[in-house]
Amino acid sequence: MRSAVIVFPASNCDRDVAVAIEKISGTKPHMVWHKDATVPDVDLIVLPGGFSYGDYLRCGAMANQSPIMKDVVAKAKTGTPTLGICNGFQILTESGLLPGVLMRNANLHFVCRTVALEVENNDTVFTQKYGAGQEIQIPVAHHDGNYCADSETLDRLEGEGRVAFRYANDNPNGSMRNIAGLVNDTGNVMGLMPHPERVADAKLGGTDGAPLFQALTEALS
Amino acid sequence: MKAHIHVTLKRGVLDPEGKAINNALGGLGFGGVENVRKGKYITLDLSETDKDQALSQVTQMCEKLLANTVIEDYSIKLEA
Repeated sequence: MRSAVIVFPASNCDRDVAVAIEKISGTKPHMVWHKDATVPDVDLIVLPGGFSYGDYLRCGAMANQSPIMKDVVAKAKTGTPTLGICNGFQILTESGLLPGVLMRNANLHFVCRTVALEVENNDTVFTQKYGAGQEIQIPVAHHDGNYCADSETLDRLEGEGRVAFRYANDNPNGSMRNIAGLVNDTGNVMGLMPHPERVADAKLGGTDGAPLFQALTEALS
Repeated sequence: MKAHIHVTLKRGVLDPEGKAINNALGGLGFGGVENVRKGKYITLDLSETDKDQALSQVTQMCEKLLANTVIEDYSIKLEA
């Protein structure tokens, strides 16, 4: 699986996700600087976690204006699987590739802990190695993960099976309908607030994130 | 020309920061604050001198970057 991790100023999970991808897929991702104009020809694009541009104006708003984003959006729209984790999810909503917006956590606290997620849709290229309804433990670390959209959008997301992950019993940020991760209407773009790359190696405290990268590796190699 | 832009959350969008500010005002003894909404105020110094041109430019700036119209409204005031 050929992959690219986009590196923005103040991305801070770019190396973590690259390590997880290389360990599981056996292939080192391209690390692509945000000022580049084109993403190399790859099977997977990853927008990593972090605090790009210090979250100035709105989380992900400045990163979305980076030169590389034109090509990321173009490739995502023509079907390249694209994964946004945490700040990457925020950038995907700012770009319009995913609907809605991630607002300040309802309790205003930065939340950094492991939460239980329910895999709601395991019929995507990202989630097919999980069982439907499986509960997994994945850490979150964010200040702005409170997913918000109008009720028609939420109904549509649920009706079309586009909610991939929900917070199982402990919603850490107040997100509407406990949404933790979702896919676009063609199923090739996923955004999620939790960090699967942080639990992709037993030595680092867990492996519940590994099936996501295994699924991508199997589907895209 | 100067542009003054207010970006505010749309009506109906929850504003936890506004709520926290309201609670803090209550804690300071200020009663009678029924609601607080927090927004952003942005000023731009523009070289454009034509008001209509400036308004059209700043509107595009708001639509493309300064506001996220999924959850935010904006208002523009121009000052010669």
